Amino acid sequence: MTTLNKTNRRDFLKITSMTGGGLLLGFSWFSAEAEVPVIVTKTNFAGELGFNSYLSIGTDGTITIFSPNPELGQNIMTSFPMVVAEELDADWTKVKVIQAPLDTTKFDRQLTGGSGAVPHSWKRLRNAGATARYLLIAAAAKQWDVNAADCTASNGFVIHTSSGKKLGYGELAEEASKMTVPADVPLKNRKDFKLIGTSVRNVENKKIITGKPIFGSDFHREGMVLAMIQRPPAFGTKIKSVDAAAAKSMPGIIDVITFKNNVAVIGKTTWEIMKARKAIKIEYEKDGNIESTSDHDQLFISLLNSDNATVRRKDGDVDMAFKNAAKIIKSEYQCPFIPHNPMEPMNFFADVREDGVELVGPTQTPASARTATSKLLNIPEDKITVEITRLGGGFGRRLKFDYVVEAAEISSIIKKPVKLIWSREDDVMGGSYRPAVRYRFEAALDNIGNLIGYKLRGVGINVNNSTREDNFPSGAVDNLLIDTVEHISPITTGAWRAPVTNFLAFAEQGFIDEVAMAAGKDPVQFRLELLQKAKAKPVGAIKYNIDRMETVIKQAAEKSGWGTKKGVSQGFSVYFSHASYVAQVCDVEMKAGKPVVKKIVAVSDCGEVINKSGALQQVMGGIVDGYGHAMFGKLTFRDGMPAQKNFGEYRMIRMKEIPDIEAHFVNNGIDPTGLGEPALPPTGGAVANAIFKATGTRLKNQPFIDEPPFKTTPTKAF
Amino acid sequence: MPIFKLQVNGKEYTADVAADTPLLWVLREHLGLVGTKYGCGIAQCGACTVLLDGNAVRACVMPVSAIKASKVTTIEGLSEDGDHPLQQAWDEVDVPQCGYCQAGQIMTAAALLKRKPKPSSQEIDDAMNGNLCRCGAYHRIRDAVKLASTKI
Repeated sequence: MTTLNKTNRRDFLKITSMTGGGLLLGFSWFSAEAEVPVIVTKTNFAGELGFNSYLSIGTDGTITIFSPNPELGQNIMTSFPMVVAEELDADWTKVKVIQAPLDTTKFDRQLTGGSGAVPHSWKRLRNAGATARYLLIAAAAKQWDVNAADCTASNGFVIHTSSGKKLGYGELAEEASKMTVPADVPLKNRKDFKLIGTSVRNVENKKIITGKPIFGSDFHREGMVLAMIQRPPAFGTKIKSVDAAAAKSMPGIIDVITFKNNVAVIGKTTWEIMKARKAIKIEYEKDGNIESTSDHDQLFISLLNSDNATVRRKDGDVDMAFKNAAKIIKSEYQCPFIPHNPMEPMNFFADVREDGVELVGPTQTPASARTATSKLLNIPEDKITVEITRLGGGFGRRLKFDYVVEAAEISSIIKKPVKLIWSREDDVMGGSYRPAVRYRFEAALDNIGNLIGYKLRGVGINVNNSTREDNFPSGAVDNLLIDTVEHISPITTGAWRAPVTNFLAFAEQGFIDEVAMAAGKDPVQFRLELLQKAKAKPVGAIKYNIDRMETVIKQAAEKSGWGTKKGVSQGFSVYFSHASYVAQVCDVEMKAGKPVVKKIVAVSDCGEVINKSGALQQVMGGIVDGYGHAMFGKLTFRDGMPAQKNFGEYRMIRMKEIPDIEAHFVNNGIDPTGLGEPALPPTGGAVANAIFKATGTRLKNQPFIDEPPFKTTPTKAF
Repeated sequence: MPIFKLQVNGKEYTADVAADTPLLWVLREHLGLVGTKYGCGIAQCGACTVLLDGNAVRACVMPVSAIKASKVTTIEGLSEDGDHPLQQAWDEVDVPQCGYCQAGQIMTAAALLKRKPKPSSQEIDDAMNGNLCRCGAYHRIRDAVKLASTKI
């Protein structure tokens, strides 16, 4: 594991001494004014540092950079150093990246979520690289006694243009470390980018494909024990009694402890713990509402008619618009709870000792995990270290730190280092789901098909605001009302990749299609007309960029051959989420009377694309994720208990079910706006709209597989 | 507890475990070979796939007592230097996202290519359909298997 654990700390010091006279730059992840890097000498580097992160160039030319954000497959460990290397004109093969541990004194926003890491760090990383390059050129110019302006840098060398003399960065590092850091270093013109925008392979590929221990579940510490927890199987219940006598006497079992609503089995090996867990007798009693999916279906109907909604946005006079309407369209859409199901179930290592706490494992929010642990154990945060391993997927699940705190609590009770592991069943049944929601849309058209009124009510379970009230078509409709009603349930929910928009976009884009049909307009043209109206005569605040949305719509229509294909039914969808824009066209063909999703064309505007390979992964993976969950994702409840517990009953998309995907990027040179999530939201709508075109049946509920025209043909997962 | 002799990646190991212990946990917790992953424990996701005499099996449901003299190959033993054609192809195509399922994907593909060095697209999909990738890297997994088949 390339993190700063005890062994690696020695490597780290080795790097330092190897760097010796090399160049070491500290740079800040915090405020804008602190973006200017400072040179750090060996002396103050070895001690407590006044800088936030570092970029070092060793005398052998090795370039090392810390990557602060947790890596869960968004490829941040590759894209961050690419930005530095670009401005530095480094030889990419000499760049090394190290996962940094949690350090809130050095890093800002050390979390993975909201597609925000690259936008946040873009300028800081560029500045660091450009400053080092400037210093290396200055060092070479001094050595050659020439003007720095007559020198250039390329692929790890400084070159004197007229004489052709060249020196490697490693050779110049020591001299460069003695130069004064300029206050303002010019950044490259994007047309000169050589690395940014190309395809660079994941820096951890080799470790992944040879099975190196890089994940949290692979972590091992001499003397540690393992633990699993039996949590209440139904939401709304608590422990009444525990009989663990039989389990305690089973082979390999060290102890069985009860804390809060948990019964933890502590043992030497996972299999022995799994077996002992089955031997514990636990009685549960009611501790809140015991809810079933059938209750929720009823509940949604009543919430949609509630008089007690929270108004999220109101423009003009909707009542008047609907009174004057020539045509009114009403429609309801629903999405179920779904678990995140990262392939690596939750796990964390904790060692709570007298002198402090050591935490190691996969988390998207190391800082929050530490704060929670500090509060639980009443131990100051500066006595708690958090080492971040690679995450076997996250999808928002590891934004919650319940499993970190559980591990810490067990370790504090048993006074031993412990690795807590969740089974897949624990993971599926353990809560923090994407919330279940239902939407009611109403649209008013005038007699020439103009959208004059729009109403959206979102009702949901533990979702708070189930809408994004400022998203399109807000701003393009004179009379608009968006409100929400919330139900509080014992079933826990959390952020799930592209929170809210992962289901809202499907509903909104499906409904917009319905309205376009009712207005007798082409769905693409209808959206463009609304955007034109928002531009010419904006209504209220507009919080999306009309031009960027227009561009992805037009390009997706063009690239997909919108409206020109024979024998193919196409569906359109476009969505703005986080800070990026993605339009998608889905192609459906009929085969033996059934719709088959053949292809999805996506045009994404995420600003500058840093790593083409990584960007394609995010778009293609996001579409597979969006399509797979819209098609199959469903977690239902019977008496507070999840009815699906593992991949046998919970269906996830497999290779044979994926459509072809063609991904394009606008690449307009805008500073990067993030891509971990934005490709997912539009997919469900594009698919549903294409299936409507092909079959005349409009899919309004997820998962699609339970709806006609699919329902009649049950298929096996494999 | 009985002591089981195991042939793993060309080496002989012994494990002192209960007879019903799945091979997965023996590999991970007794032999220190953690490249083989736990994903579901019920043979539905394929993250634990290893080779048993060259055939792909799910280590999470394979009791150690059933192994007997069969030769086990895990991701750690697929090649000497991580340069099996599949591993090369996986890097070239840049398959991994989170990476957690990839050892199982590669082992499933290794069994396929052993049995069928030039599989058709349909045969690749048939073989790989049992392995879940939650990041949705299926297109590249498919491409990498195709590429590897040209290197064998």
